[in-house]
Amino acid sequence: MEPLIESFNYILQNIINALQRGSFYAVISIGYSMVYGVLMLFNFAHGDIFMVGTYIGFGIATLLLATFSGLVPPPVIFLATVVITMFLASWIGVFVEVAGYRPLRQAPRASAAITGLMIGIIFETTILIMLGAKRLSFPPLMETVNYHIGGIYITNVKAMIIIISLLLMLALHAFIQKTKWGMAMRAMSYDFLAVPLMGVSINIIAPLTFAVGAGLAAVAGILYGQAYPILDPYMGVLLGWKAFVAAILGGRGSIKGAALAGYLLGFIEIFVATVFPSTLRDFIAYSIILVILTFRPRGFFGMEHSTKLRL
Amino acid sequence: MGILQKFKQMFSTVPMLGWFLGILAAVLIEYFWGYDYISYYLGLPKIPVLFGALIMLKEPVMIPGALAYDLIVYVIPVLAVAKLSCFITNPGAALLEKLPLWLSAVIHLVCFYAILHLWAGINDYRVLVVKLTLVSIILTVSINVINGYQGEFSCSHPGFMALGAYVSSILTLVLFTNDKIFGTALLPPALGPYLFPLVLVVGGAAAAIGSLAVAIPSFRTRGDYLAIISLAFMFIVKSAVENLNIIGGARGMGGQPDLAPLPVIFFWTMLCIWVIHNFVTSILGKALNTVRDDEAAAESMTVKTRKTKMTAFMFGAFWAGVAGGLFAHVLTYINPGMFSINRLAEILAMVYFGGLNSIVGSIVGAVSINVLGEALRPLELFKWIIIPLILIFVMIFRPYGLISFTEINAKKLLEAKHKRQQGVSP
Repeated sequence: MEPLIESFNYILQNIINALQRGSFYAVISIGYSMVYGVLMLFNFAHGDIFMVGTYIGFGIATLLLATFSGLVPPPVIFLATVVITMFLASWIGVFVEVAGYRPLRQAPRASAAITGLMIGIIFETTILIMLGAKRLSFPPLMETVNYHIGGIYITNVKAMIIIISLLLMLALHAFIQKTKWGMAMRAMSYDFLAVPLMGVSINIIAPLTFAVGAGLAAVAGILYGQAYPILDPYMGVLLGWKAFVAAILGGRGSIKGAALAGYLLGFIEIFVATVFPSTLRDFIAYSIILVILTFRPRGFFGMEHSTKLRL
Repeated sequence: MGILQKFKQMFSTVPMLGWFLGILAAVLIEYFWGYDYISYYLGLPKIPVLFGALIMLKEPVMIPGALAYDLIVYVIPVLAVAKLSCFITNPGAALLEKLPLWLSAVIHLVCFYAILHLWAGINDYRVLVVKLTLVSIILTVSINVINGYQGEFSCSHPGFMALGAYVSSILTLVLFTNDKIFGTALLPPALGPYLFPLVLVVGGAAAAIGSLAVAIPSFRTRGDYLAIISLAFMFIVKSAVENLNIIGGARGMGGQPDLAPLPVIFFWTMLCIWVIHNFVTSILGKALNTVRDDEAAAESMTVKTRKTKMTAFMFGAFWAGVAGGLFAHVLTYINPGMFSINRLAEILAMVYFGGLNSIVGSIVGAVSINVLGEALRPLELFKWIIIPLILIFVMIFRPYGLISFTEINAKKLLEAKHKRQQGVSP
């Protein structure tokens, strides 16, 4: 019986790890998916917005820790970091929309995608020039406590990441479903052309979408910094492309789908790494995605569209 | 504006042949006197490689010297010779017009190549830049078939390139070189240059077959799924190559014989441009454009949309594979990292900068991004702010790229230009 429990614990442990990894992907790809759903464009700058958000979070956290360390309890510092970072990063999102995407609203979507790609490169280079190639490490915002529950190990950081991600997703879901802004976003993702005729200003909804997406990405960045504390100007590139994959895999504009696909990506990556050599991770992960898309070409929750997408 | 207009008017009688003669004169001046006299007396350390851009950015003190060099060696001779030789070149061009168009085009191309060879031959760095630029032209023109003429957003070009590069490298290593991994050469190495076209075609075919893995699932529906499937394909190819230790894995593979000198690459580039131009102006190419504009209407007009899209996609992939093969033999070393997201960003930048649905645009895009990248090298990191900014401005002011929806008109390009005609059509 003993080996069975061992292997069961092993699997459980990996599920926890996969949930943690999937949480990042899910939170980031939700932001991606919102922009994709509302404005129908590939926001290739999203990964780099995540990166900038992480750096902003790093700055705020360092500042707060230097000033208030010992004066207020760590959870307050953590919460303050999250809120301030979210606020500042939202403006990055708004800036990207206004400066990069708004002039291109009538242009082909691919041009907007290229602009996003270039904005991303500018962000990376700016950070590199400002802070140098030296790698920074994210300060721990709370002491790591290791819990040992029935054979599996879970740190409070891991638990916090998973819980906060879930809370964020629920909050976003409520925002989309219950508020007027959310209704406008849903309407816009349903019909891009008719909604402005109903008195909903796209020039408000689009920056709002970007702001929410960027805010989420920044929180994901802080959580990421707690789990993997090394900061690097190119950390957003691969995550951005993975968010892109997850967003489309989930179905066009489907928040639920993006979250699910994000978790799926996390699970595939962790479990492939436990069974096969870890170098095969990308190979198997993307092969599985290819197979899924072959059988479900619309993604998990994608709607059937009779007209060709605007290109 | 008036001066510019007048200037344009003045040189409007110069045919293509005249410009070639002017550039030839400039290159000959550089070749014979560039180092010994001109750059020596201007106080430059050596001949400016890319029109002095590198020197200007590295040492601002040299700017007047480099500018003077450009003026003396390039601007004045080109303009003067082109204008003054009109009385010879115009009748020459008129004579060539009497020949069949293909013969005239080939003669012009030979002249062009001769000039390029002389210009690049002045130092090795220029040769490398020209070679890589030509390879980029093939890549850009081939992705234009998919992203431009077909109107999809494909991200898999680095993957196709990798397939072509690895297949053709393995072939040349097996066939023509004594290698540590693949043993002694199966064929005498002297045969290499003759069988190299075959090797490239096999590499291209491998890429085309690989493209089926993208085409079969993604063309069952419309929309953005091609983007993600092609991206997944790119990652799969890169990851597969990294895990195959027999071909070097992540360390890469080196030692390819140098089978791609400048003339070979030039020949393949021109072949690619010619073939793709014929493809996109053929009935199939027109069908492709209707599919892009309105798939339902095309279907009802008896266009087999799925077959058309598949053919075009495989065609684009084939040329990407050929470009990959040439790329591998230019650098004589490849590794999987060369065919990743960065390469994709570069290729996309080139094609969208130059212009969609236009072969001229692709050429302009490939050349300008490559030359800009090389010329701004002394700026190091700031280069990666300037180039993206330029691209963003191009996207904002010309969303379809600099030159879009324009076809090459070889006849108009090569014809003789008389004053009389200028009056008729301003």
